[in-house]
Amino acid sequence: MSNSSQGGGEQWGSRIGVILAVAGSAVGLGNFLRFPGQAAQNGGGAFMLPYFISLLLLGIPLCWAEWTMGRYGGTNGFRSAPGIFSVIWPHRAAKYFGALALLVPLAIYMYYVLIEAWCLGYAFDYLMGNLQLGSEPAAYQNHFDDFIGNNANGFIYEGGSNTLVGVLVFVFLLNFVCIYRGISKGIESFCMVAMPIMTICALCVLIRVLTLDSEKLTAGLGAMWNPDPKALLAPKTWLAAAGQIFFSLSVGFGVIINYASYLRRNDDIALSGLTANSVNEFFEVCLGGLITIPAAFIFLGAAAAAQGGYGLGFVTLPNVFAVMPGGRMFGFLWFLMLFLAAITSSLSMLQPVIAFLEEGLGLRRHASATLLGLISGFGTAFVMYFSKDRAALETMDFWVGTMAIVVLALVQSILYGWIFGISKGNDELHRGALIHIPWVVQLVLKYISPLLLLGILGGTFYLDGSTYAETLMNGGVPLYSVLFIGAILAFLLLLVHIAGRRWENEGRLKYKR
Amino acid sequence: MTLTPVGAAIMIVSVSSVLVLTTWCLYKVLTLPPEVVQEHLKAPPDIDTGDTVNAD
Repeated sequence: MSNSSQGGGEQWGSRIGVILAVAGSAVGLGNFLRFPGQAAQNGGGAFMLPYFISLLLLGIPLCWAEWTMGRYGGTNGFRSAPGIFSVIWPHRAAKYFGALALLVPLAIYMYYVLIEAWCLGYAFDYLMGNLQLGSEPAAYQNHFDDFIGNNANGFIYEGGSNTLVGVLVFVFLLNFVCIYRGISKGIESFCMVAMPIMTICALCVLIRVLTLDSEKLTAGLGAMWNPDPKALLAPKTWLAAAGQIFFSLSVGFGVIINYASYLRRNDDIALSGLTANSVNEFFEVCLGGLITIPAAFIFLGAAAAAQGGYGLGFVTLPNVFAVMPGGRMFGFLWFLMLFLAAITSSLSMLQPVIAFLEEGLGLRRHASATLLGLISGFGTAFVMYFSKDRAALETMDFWVGTMAIVVLALVQSILYGWIFGISKGNDELHRGALIHIPWVVQLVLKYISPLLLLGILGGTFYLDGSTYAETLMNGGVPLYSVLFIGAILAFLLLLVHIAGRRWENEGRLKYKR
Repeated sequence: MTLTPVGAAIMIVSVSSVLVLTTWCLYKVLTLPPEVVQEHLKAPPDIDTGDTVNAD
């Protein structure tokens, strides 16, 4: 199987390779930190009903749509969203919507790589024995605050945490080395090694948790899984479940559409897409659902277990490992696993942009990697500088990592259901398919998914948007962050415009009049 | 707090359904015959960016 190291001739090396790469992209911190926190805060076991409904009506169908459009675009000579969207919708405006599919992974990468460095830094601290700080929760909060510069902006310029800077540089370079090596030799090879290691690390921690005192264990599992049926009446629960599915499956990230473009015309996408999703669900429900909250509850009680997100991951769990037998080793395995989960995701965020720089501007790999490194490095430095209360990170996470992904998914679902057409989409999905997908999935994609996406967009903005909008009005870092996102989008739109002119001149884009 | 029967049922159904789906999918994928690739017959066209060979 040939795998050109450069340019448009790249292809995946094997079927399991592409599945692990897509699954690796989907499995990330959200599986282990966000999902358990969301479930515990939104009805426990009751949360699983809207969660699985969202998976069936939004997650899996939209993934199939992205796989279909990506492979279709790839077989028509395009790897990046602006080109693929123009193939799906032969209109001058189509490519500009593709800029959103570049903005989302690029902007998320800018802060995600920083969190990735936190994970590796914590793993390193466990290895060196620097995180055995006793049983006092405040010690872990202080360590976290010092490590990430939570108390002041610009801490790295004032002699702050040099450890984090060093780890970040290492992580950044590792990402770019993998990307530079290409789809098969870089991303696929890395995921083929990282995913099994990640599974082993997670299983080790799971076995440790499940072999703790049985009475405490059942109480811990109860904190995660006992249902609160009243939560089902709250719209917030349904929004949280749909949002979790989105975040978890990498739907609307612009990643799957790019990865699928490296498939051959008759490669299966139906079974591959379902397998990648199911592997992600395994990490989320079977591992994330059984480890994080139960462990926090067993050692620290209900209040600790009620936390979510970064507090749960970087303050509560280190506190748990400190009082758990063999905690230093399990802490190392846990944060190593989180680091691997994060890096397989961050790699997938770089590839859509690098593919665009290569095919849109005609840059070769080292030039595109250098340009992307400069842009993303500047963004990460921005997020790292404005570290006080993680203001830049949280703002970008809301406007891009929460809102923009839903907008992009909406654009893609309309492109698929109403422009590409479900009949053509069904034929394309079943080309080379190893399983049959019921026709009802196409009807869901055309009618139900767009409506649900609109509902999620409106609901999220209604619940959280006003708070963030008010924060913007007050100026400061949140405003700078949004302006920064706007500047990146403007820059990408300019590049897309240049690429479009280039493709038109080459006769690769033909518009319907 | 303890794990209630309903909570246990939800946990078992959720975990086992995901496990069954994942196992079935991976079994299907891993037991397929090796892929036969007819190089360049059905591959996407190479994108030649020759006009910018010296762009960088």
